[in-house]
Amino acid sequence: MDDFQIIDNCLMVKLPEEVDHHKSSYICEKADSYILREEVENVVFDFEETRFMDSSGIGIIMGRYKKIVCFGGKVFVIHADPQIRRILRVAGLNKLIEIMD
Amino acid sequence: MTAEKDLQQTAGATERALWKNEMSMEFDAVSLNESFARVAVAAFVAHLNPTLEEVADIKTAVSEAVTNAIIHGYDNVYGYSKHGDSQPAYLIIHPGKVWLRCCLEKDVLRIEVEDRGKGMDNVEQAMEPLYTTKPEYDRSGMGFAFMEAFMDELEVHSEPGRGTVVRMTKKLGTYPLIEEES
Repeated sequence: MDDFQIIDNCLMVKLPEEVDHHKSSYICEKADSYILREEVENVVFDFEETRFMDSSGIGIIMGRYKKIVCFGGKVFVIHADPQIRRILRVAGLNKLIEIMD
Repeated sequence: MTAEKDLQQTAGATERALWKNEMSMEFDAVSLNESFARVAVAAFVAHLNPTLEEVADIKTAVSEAVTNAIIHGYDNVYGYSKHGDSQPAYLIIHPGKVWLRCCLEKDVLRIEVEDRGKGMDNVEQAMEPLYTTKPEYDRSGMGFAFMEAFMDELEVHSEPGRGTVVRMTKKLGTYPLIEEES
């Protein structure tokens, strides 16, 4: 159960194989409790195991972005496959967050 | 029968099935069925050997339409594990069904997702990117935008109190290739 990890001032969120509405409320709730409790600055979403994402994933990222951006925090996305990158691009999130390999 | 003949017959059957093929399913409006619905549609078109990108597009569009029906049509907002006030919210389920119909005519896939939930009075507003009636639940408002982006055509009909029908069409680029091969 280390899908949520605190490394320095970052919250690392390892996303499941499929990111959809069914799983999103759990991820949002859990991430928010870490953000509040640990006072993290940045959030990193790790898509290494993710093979599917829909607009619920965009909601997860945007919601966390809004929570930390006012304190100068940043959102990073790592290990996103071409399909996930495409979805992030269509939603325009590539302008708000850092997408890295 | 030789293996070669067997193969020829199977190929023939696949070819005939390509002209028109329909399926429909009805399932409960719960978040668990979102993955079921998109995987079912992906499996339905699998014999056409669609590209990975096409499969992903179709799965995303189906997921958006079905999720909309569940969340907005029937107000089943929570996925699993979100806690409600007195009991886990995922146990509070508003009953309702979602209908998913697919029709494959040659290389054109038509998908219809219907709910008989609360419907919408302003479809145009609902289709605007980033517009959502449920921002407090981290909904992005990108559902219809994704359906439009990943499918070729999108049509939405809705009536308050009666429900919503979403029709989507996508042409799959694989049919000419199959024809060439045979």
